[in-house]
Amino acid sequence: MTDEMEEKDTRVIESPVVDAQQELVDASQEDSVFVATQWQLMWWRFRKHKLAMIAGVILLLLYCIALFPEFLATYSPHESRKLFSQVPPHKVRFVDSEGKFGLRPFIYAYERTRDPDTLRLVYTPDLDAKYYLGFFVRGFDYKVLGLVASNLHLVGVKPDETGTAPEVFLMGTDNLGRDLFSRMMYGTRISLSIGLIGVAFSFLFGITLGGLSGYYGGVADLVIQRVIEFIRAVPGIPLWMALSAALPATWPPLRVYFGITVILSFLSWTGLARIVRGRFLALREEDFIMAARLAGSGEMRIIFRHMVPSFTSYIIASLTLSIPGMILGETSLSFLGLGLRPPVISWGVLLQGGQNLQAVAQTPWLMLPGIFVIVTVLAYNFLGDGLRDAADPYSR
Amino acid sequence: MFQYVVRRILYMVPTLIAVTIISFVVIELPPGDYLTNYVNRLMLQGEFLDEAQLEALKVQYGLGQPIYIRYLKWMSGVVRGNFGVSMEWGKPVGELIGQRLLLTVVISLATTLFIWAVAMPIGIYSATHQYSIGDYIFSFIGFVGVGVPEFMIALIFLWVGFSRFGVNLSGLFSEQYVEQGWSFGKVVDMLKHMWVPLIVLGLGGTAGMIRTTRANLLDELRKPYVTTARSKGLTERKVIWKYPVRLALNPFVSGLAYLLPGLVGGSTIISVVLSLPTSGPLYLKSLQTQDMYLAGTFVLMFSVLTVIGTLISDILLGVLDPRIRYE
Repeated sequence: MTDEMEEKDTRVIESPVVDAQQELVDASQEDSVFVATQWQLMWWRFRKHKLAMIAGVILLLLYCIALFPEFLATYSPHESRKLFSQVPPHKVRFVDSEGKFGLRPFIYAYERTRDPDTLRLVYTPDLDAKYYLGFFVRGFDYKVLGLVASNLHLVGVKPDETGTAPEVFLMGTDNLGRDLFSRMMYGTRISLSIGLIGVAFSFLFGITLGGLSGYYGGVADLVIQRVIEFIRAVPGIPLWMALSAALPATWPPLRVYFGITVILSFLSWTGLARIVRGRFLALREEDFIMAARLAGSGEMRIIFRHMVPSFTSYIIASLTLSIPGMILGETSLSFLGLGLRPPVISWGVLLQGGQNLQAVAQTPWLMLPGIFVIVTVLAYNFLGDGLRDAADPYSR
Repeated sequence: MFQYVVRRILYMVPTLIAVTIISFVVIELPPGDYLTNYVNRLMLQGEFLDEAQLEALKVQYGLGQPIYIRYLKWMSGVVRGNFGVSMEWGKPVGELIGQRLLLTVVISLATTLFIWAVAMPIGIYSATHQYSIGDYIFSFIGFVGVGVPEFMIALIFLWVGFSRFGVNLSGLFSEQYVEQGWSFGKVVDMLKHMWVPLIVLGLGGTAGMIRTTRANLLDELRKPYVTTARSKGLTERKVIWKYPVRLALNPFVSGLAYLLPGLVGGSTIISVVLSLPTSGPLYLKSLQTQDMYLAGTFVLMFSVLTVIGTLISDILLGVLDPRIRYE
């Protein structure tokens, strides 16, 4: 941000015409700054943070996947194929084997042979079997958001003249011959929502306990602070593991999902509680709170009408920064086999397939879900950084 | 100083008690009592316990008694170094845990040293050369370290090692040493294998530490006393190293308290991926088979390690910054 300012300054000095224009712009901007609401100021500040903006767009796209996985998936995620286990990803091509370029993407169907020495299945592209990819094709039936029945899918293979079409595996298949790409799309829903719901839980814990601690102080503060210190001192991952291992195996998937979410948020509300407490302590001494008190406002009104709005932005920023931890927590737990269990699909469950050297060596594409994890976590970090900078529009 | 250390040690006591309660809760968590599970397991193996043995076991574990009695029974054993018996292995828990825990401690400490050794110079460089190419490169690596989960880094290491170089990077010892007792050769062999877990585990911590050091040092460098020092004609080297760097180093010590739990936890996961003979895989197995005395003891040990780490970091901070001692 300071870079941009400096750049602007030098340009102003170089050209007097731009200088005058610039002044006009500055003046009008200044006017709007005075009447702008705090949220507007924050938005302007946030907009300047290029990386955060990009991260925001990426996250929006990811959440679109989470909303409509059925449309994006090419096949049903639970459909297993005995004949197509451990198929490597199909390469989507634009240039064919003779070097001709076409705008329509296509794939080569795989030819399946068995390695005479290792007896492993080997898949080689059959250069004669060229199949174009079609968009908005018909496939398996599903319901959009559980409401509207449809069978439209974004991508699929178009049948050739004889009417046959092979299946396309954009990310390959797993040991049971299930299409990894479709499973990825479905897993996105679980993995991304667990972050949001977990954060909602820790928001609840954090703001209540942090608020109590900061507003009343005294014994409540002492006890809550000790508890927070204690929770922060216990190594989180082993405790997560122990708690989620204790979830009964007989629980239905949905309850396990909520159980895991509660466990994750149980250990992560402490950060938020500390921030809320700090803000309360600082705000308690502010003049406008004193003014509200003198004007006869009740305690609840002071807290929710005057104090909370003045640190909502901080809370949003720190919540955003705590989501990736949740997502990583779920992924790690499921990866170890302690979190969500099949048939539930999450990124961690998918990554479980690539857990050891053998899997990594023979089926490296099973690690592809990891890329989604990395992108999501990075995007949340950048977005959170941008929000944190924007949260205090009056700084600098 | 002595008084400060004593006070810190006394602070530890309630935390330690809380830790034992948590560990006991972990032991008690699974539904059903472990004696029934144990008897069932024995029956599966074709062994039967007679009534007298069953009664003896019941008394030993205090079944049928209120929960706090069972807790006190367990605690009295723990204090004497008796952590209960692992149902799965049929051995005392202490015997199973000992060496693996030692390796976990060694790896965690080595990783801490690795993080310090790497993050300190890079953090200082990034702050003194703000917005240089090096700064950007290190910032990028830092973001990767924060964003990529440890087990992914471990998997990527395994994959690259195998597919590009054809080597197996998992494990902590070469084959000929795995079954052997400790010897000089085995220690050397371990050091040769240790760099993979060190880098994998250390990357996240290093990234965080670089960011804090950079931010802290940048804050310090903007302060008036630095300008004063410059205006008085001190050499740049002296200006930076004499005070700002020293002040910016506080997070290295205070961060220890948060670094250790992260390392212990992180090593639990990556040791499963890299199949290290540390506590991680055994802990995971104990949870999967509901071998709760083993699991609970692990939780206890991990937490105690962390509490000790916090104590060390507090004492070091007191040495470094006299203001903290007289708070």
